[in-house]
Amino acid sequence: MAAEQATKRAARPALVRVHALSKRYVQRRIFSRDKFVVDALKNVDVEIPPDCLTALVGESGSGKSTLASCLAMLETPDSGEIWFEGREISRAAACELESLRPKIQMVFQDSSGALNPRFSAAQIIAEPLEIQRRVSGRKLRQRTCELMEEVGLSADWADRSAHEFSGGQRQRLAIARALALRPTLLILDESLSGLDLVTQAQILNLLAEIRIAHSLTCLLISHDLSLVGQVADHIAVMHKGTIIERDTRQQVFESPRHAHTRELLAATRTIASAFRAERPGSE
Amino acid sequence: MKSIPIGRSSRDEIPRLLRVCGLSVKYGADGQALEAALRQLDLEISAGEVVGILGESGCGKSTLALSILGLLPADARVDGSILFRNEELLGMSEAQLRRIRGAKISLINQEPGLALSPVMRVGEQIAEVIGAHSGLKRKARKQEAEAMLRAVNLTNAGRICAAYPHQLSGGELHRVAIGQALACRPDLVIADEPTRSLDVIVQAEILGVLRNLKQKFGTALIFITHDPALLVGFADRVVVMYAGRAVEQGPSSRMFGRPLHPYTKGLLNLVARVPRRDGSAPAGLLPVIPGGPPYLEALTSGCAFEPRCSRKTEICQSEDPEELMPEAGHRVSCFHHGS
Repeated sequence: MAAEQATKRAARPALVRVHALSKRYVQRRIFSRDKFVVDALKNVDVEIPPDCLTALVGESGSGKSTLASCLAMLETPDSGEIWFEGREISRAAACELESLRPKIQMVFQDSSGALNPRFSAAQIIAEPLEIQRRVSGRKLRQRTCELMEEVGLSADWADRSAHEFSGGQRQRLAIARALALRPTLLILDESLSGLDLVTQAQILNLLAEIRIAHSLTCLLISHDLSLVGQVADHIAVMHKGTIIERDTRQQVFESPRHAHTRELLAATRTIASAFRAERPGSE
Repeated sequence: MKSIPIGRSSRDEIPRLLRVCGLSVKYGADGQALEAALRQLDLEISAGEVVGILGESGCGKSTLALSILGLLPADARVDGSILFRNEELLGMSEAQLRRIRGAKISLINQEPGLALSPVMRVGEQIAEVIGAHSGLKRKARKQEAEAMLRAVNLTNAGRICAAYPHQLSGGELHRVAIGQALACRPDLVIADEPTRSLDVIVQAEILGVLRNLKQKFGTALIFITHDPALLVGFADRVVVMYAGRAVEQGPSSRMFGRPLHPYTKGLLNLVARVPRRDGSAPAGLLPVIPGGPPYLEALTSGCAFEPRCSRKTEICQSEDPEELMPEAGHRVSCFHHGS
């Protein structure tokens, strides 16, 4: 049933369509004239269907975060196109970014680095609302408290600093800040990888709830297939800067086409199968 | 089988490599409120045994590792006893501890990129550990360092030895850290989340390296993790920690096959959600354990897990459960372990 619904949603026009996207970084070694080139993205083609959770998986260094940064307009690609809601955004002018950026929000891996340590929780959530001049005064405080409650944080903690929250609570705070501007697309870049299993599951459940409440499309970036396999509607696999496979979760798990996807699945299953053998009837 | 409370005397007969008894750790400077991290923790490890320490962030796993190595910060107040080969580690001088660290007990840090010095070649860093605990000459130390890197499946050991940490990939750094920890053939290695933030392929490789080394050197290993799946088929025993205490421990086959504590069951249920070969995974929300670990200084009476427990009754609020042994070698602290 859930699979059918995901297929129906995917039949609608894609929210994001990436075509032939390339990005190269050129770095120079310290005290040397030598340069080395990293082709982070090589002719990437991918689509993100609306109202779905698409997972982007791959090894470290496969280009996942560079793709996310290009989608969030934090990096400018060297070539290629990014179409969002029918509009090409890869080289959006500075004056267009103010209206575009609220629609695509990002939650980063390192929550302690992504939140201003000198701000209170309320200030962290209020900042984008103030910059975008959405609300002010007493309503601003009310809206920040509503957002905290929505992500499972007590509004009584609104005046605490970011460092007074645990890792999982800081990620909830980052999600609340991302939701403040009512985005269409939420990108979670390895946002769960530093968290323990219990906190990961709690955040995934929160994500499932807010996706429905906000009609949100999500791109979940992770190196952990076992994690995304529990929640994703679609899975795109990245390897050495290209998308090597993209399909529904069932299809990727049941009949992976690319050798690297099979390798990723084998590594995941070695651990999962051993666990099931030790714990028969665990489901 | 009737559960019997465990007396200290029943554990005193078998010689152990490491015996932690009634270990309590609190943090806080003089005159400030103390923050508890470990509460009356008991733990035993035999030579060559792999013990998995399982639990959420904030339940005291890393504090336990640092207590054993005498690396706790200056404001830590430690009570209890840590016997290593019948020698008390608590209260040892820094000079005595230095002779043990690296040589007898070593640590694999969860962030090898931070644990290794950025301004020394990795070969020199491994050779430094060997030099500190042996009389080997410079050339022999270098050869030993390269041999150690080959033992952790780094084929190009010469290149790796000459590299600085920033020139290595995440997987290579983890192997270097393992090689460094095992360089002096210690009796006990503590691996604190050694595969954290590694991708699944590198994670499987590192687990393979640790398995091989355990077989090759027969080193006892404390493997700290929040993911039960990593311990399957590897750990001989599993200790589940919650709120600074061991709430359940036993042979891994029993812990995974028939867990008794609701907290252990909750952790294992999360792993069971991984999709099968056909991609099917149970629908609906994930079966989470609600809430988070408690602030230990706020604990009064009763079971620390009670606010999050689905099986709690009146007694859980008022009394702290004693440690029971319902099966040989399988201990649990819960009033409802049989239900």
